[in-house]
Amino acid sequence: MDGLSANMTTPRATDIRIPGDKDVWVLIGAELLTFGMFFVAFIGYRALEVAHFNASQTALHRNLGLLNTLFLVTSSWCVVQAVRAAREDRPASVARSLGIAILLGISFMVVKALEYTELVSSGVGMTTDNFFMFYYCLTIIHLLHVVGGTVILTVMWANARTGRYHSGNTKGLETGASYWHMVDLLWIFLFPLLYLVR
Amino acid sequence: MLAYLRDPLHRTWLLLVTATAIAFLLREDNVIGDIAAAVTIVIAWLKGRLVILDFMELRHAPPLYRRIFEGWAILVSTLLLALYWEGPVFFASFK
Repeated sequence: MDGLSANMTTPRATDIRIPGDKDVWVLIGAELLTFGMFFVAFIGYRALEVAHFNASQTALHRNLGLLNTLFLVTSSWCVVQAVRAAREDRPASVARSLGIAILLGISFMVVKALEYTELVSSGVGMTTDNFFMFYYCLTIIHLLHVVGGTVILTVMWANARTGRYHSGNTKGLETGASYWHMVDLLWIFLFPLLYLVR
Repeated sequence: MLAYLRDPLHRTWLLLVTATAIAFLLREDNVIGDIAAAVTIVIAWLKGRLVILDFMELRHAPPLYRRIFEGWAILVSTLLLALYWEGPVFFASFK
């Protein structure tokens, strides 16, 4: 009977459903709209001074941007593994996957801090020009989301260590996971726009 | 290795990393200029779509959710492409 009731309540990835709390999807939608306008505004301003934006872009460290992309994509993937482990009642694996995701989130912050330090020490600040105004504003706002998301992951990691998430309780984990994937999704657009497109 | 790739989520991760590498190398060589930038934006859309469908699990969400979030990625990418290609000429016409 227990097995049966567990089966009836355990969501599977292939069911027609929305993962996590519905409210987080409203938040994600609002965030995507806001950032979407930022992205379009950036390319719009770029169209006004293409040569200048291209020249300023060369001051950025593409390799560090690439490294951070790999950190976030892999971190997101670890969170996917955590949700899957919870559905399959593997509590140790939930905590371990979240732990790796957190370390990758922190790695992202460290690299970003290195980038800012390097840029500022070479005399490039927010008021240098329009390109760097966008660069600093967009990446700092995004970085705040990375910090917030890492805090959420840490809370979930602590919960996972007490065995909170299992096949009968995945909603909270899915809610936090969806937010973290959004942070990844935003960087997937930010990285090419700021570092690559010219 | 092959057993690892039989898992669709592992494939998604590998695709995301591969697509990132392609976009990065396109910029690195910088031989085909405008085309490379346009391809980079299309790659961003494809990567975003993979995250939306496979990581956010909207592949199996009610159609409305899927339409809204996939629609966002298509709309943003289209606007970016349009402004990238036509923006400079369009804005210059007002000067």
